[in-house]
Amino acid sequence: MDLLAIWLGKLTLLVLRTAGRRGTALPGLVVEKVFPRFLTRRLARLPLGVVVVSGTNGKTTTTKMVATILGQRYRVLTNDTGGNFVRGVLTSVVQQSSWLGRTPAEVAVLELDEAHAVRFCQVYQPERLLLLNVLRDQLDRFGEIDTTAQLLGKVAARTTGHVVVNRDDPRLVAVAAGLSVEVSYFGVAPALRAQFPTDEELYGGDQRLSELKASVELLSLELGVGTELTLRIADTEQSLTLRAEGAHNAQNAAGAAAVALTFGLDPATIAAGLRAVQPAFGRGQSFDLGGRRVVLQLVKNPAGFRQSLRTVTGLRPAATVIAINDDYADGRDLSWLWDVEFASVLQGNSGRLVTSGTRAADMAVRLHYDGLPVEQVDPDLGRAVQQAAATVAPGDTVVVFSTYTAMWQLHQVLSRLTGVAL
Amino acid sequence: MTRRLTLAHLYPRELNIYGDTGNVLVLRKRLQWRGLDAEVVGIGVGDPLPAGTDILLGGGGQDAAQGEIGQDFVRRGAELRAMADDGVVMLTICGSYQLLGHHFLTKDGQKIEGVAVLDVVTTGSDQRLIGNNSIDTRWGRLVGFENHSGLTELGTGVEPLGRTEAGRGNNGSDQTEGAVRDNVFGSYLHGPVLAKSPAFADELLRRAFARRGSDAALEPLDDSLALAAADVAARRPR
Repeated sequence: MDLLAIWLGKLTLLVLRTAGRRGTALPGLVVEKVFPRFLTRRLARLPLGVVVVSGTNGKTTTTKMVATILGQRYRVLTNDTGGNFVRGVLTSVVQQSSWLGRTPAEVAVLELDEAHAVRFCQVYQPERLLLLNVLRDQLDRFGEIDTTAQLLGKVAARTTGHVVVNRDDPRLVAVAAGLSVEVSYFGVAPALRAQFPTDEELYGGDQRLSELKASVELLSLELGVGTELTLRIADTEQSLTLRAEGAHNAQNAAGAAAVALTFGLDPATIAAGLRAVQPAFGRGQSFDLGGRRVVLQLVKNPAGFRQSLRTVTGLRPAATVIAINDDYADGRDLSWLWDVEFASVLQGNSGRLVTSGTRAADMAVRLHYDGLPVEQVDPDLGRAVQQAAATVAPGDTVVVFSTYTAMWQLHQVLSRLTGVAL
Repeated sequence: MTRRLTLAHLYPRELNIYGDTGNVLVLRKRLQWRGLDAEVVGIGVGDPLPAGTDILLGGGGQDAAQGEIGQDFVRRGAELRAMADDGVVMLTICGSYQLLGHHFLTKDGQKIEGVAVLDVVTTGSDQRLIGNNSIDTRWGRLVGFENHSGLTELGTGVEPLGRTEAGRGNNGSDQTEGAVRDNVFGSYLHGPVLAKSPAFADELLRRAFARRGSDAALEPLDDSLALAAADVAARRPR
């Protein structure tokens, strides 16, 4: 039965690939329709079970971190193809199984957004759960932030083993309070807390420090080329450099390390795993474009954008491109761009400012009202980035902040221009 | 001549989603670019409204947040009605627009009192009216994004702010969007609405100055970016 399911999925993938299409949902959909219990059966065979990573921001990078750390010890199945929904997971299982029907994995690390995590948990009760944060994101999709927290509460209630929670997010701490399974926390040191505002703090609320004991704590942070940080993991301090740019990635690293501790890994091994993590799609990736360094930062919501923006203070770019699309996957509503304060970070740090994407003009209006002069408004992403690179000197850096679908387009353009398969 | 307007921003902590705070920024900048100025006063629960308020602005919030501020807002009813009668300019979006009406009847039958500045009533529903929306008004086209489940019906004491062709507007059935009475405006358009509707933003400023007895025309600004953005937005799918 399962062999047939894997073949069916693999054949669908082959057909898609022959047709030159990138598919993360269709193979999963086909298998799900024909063999509805395949996924549950496969996951139930993993000796170390399933880790679900969820929250508003940082899921993809954190999933990669957990998978990389655990990958030093175990064979890991993960959905790193961007299919962060149940069918995407199914596709990953099919891809990572052999034609003989074996899925040679011991543990699965799965990124799931809030709504899909709930659906996944109806099919399979995960052994472990990592909850990163609840921030306002694409409210046009999920409705409200409190609703989002409730969704994560449902996922936590279905988790059978261990839930790891960001102690600095009060909504998640409330979720953890009602659980009967083991709970541990990760967090940032009080001195760094101001750099990681909660949703309430972003909108003017007072800072509240958590008194919960964290199994992993971010102690220090230095932004530059790479992110230098010190983590307290259990009882030891570990210093390391992350290849992914951005303070938020340092916080994510604390979450990933806390999950790794629940597997009994030692702090030095955990730190070594974090050092090896490559940036995920658009999360601080950098490319060489004609001698200029182009750094990509995916932005999806006000909190993430604010965090990502701060990378310009370390990177000191000669040009900054902000690319905003408004397709469904980006979120149709762009109002949230007005919940991000640009002037204080970009003033004097951004270099030439360029806006691009279908809503290039909207973004230019936003910057205009923040008193930042936009030198070029060009909806064509490829042209905007190429011209931005052409106007700066060799050796200079161009930072590109981009929404999701714009990032896919940029990847295609940059793959073509740099000859690097992304 | 008055060169400085007082802008009161209602509940910046509680009613702050969907970027409506941007309306405050747009008005302040449009004054500053003309050598004029604005004092912006955030009004939290229990804070007094400034005596010389020229323009009152309010946005939308989480349902829970609307509960937190509801009582505080209702307590201000008499003062707000007097301000409206006195010609104070008000722009309220979404949640604060609903609270400016007579009441909001929630899905489970709970009645949340409003302040009856606008002759409108809102009823909760199971549908979500969501998407890009542009409306035709006396001040030209207003472009924004609607996202609400309350259905608002207009009484005889208000006019619709505009009419919507493609959007859902107040209630999804009568093609009206928003409400106007004297200098009081309510709308479901986020965006923030003033960012891509500069003529409407200036109309609010003009009315505030006129109420203070200065009818001097506002210097024109270069709004080509905002108008280009409005053109793009109006052509996007819902």
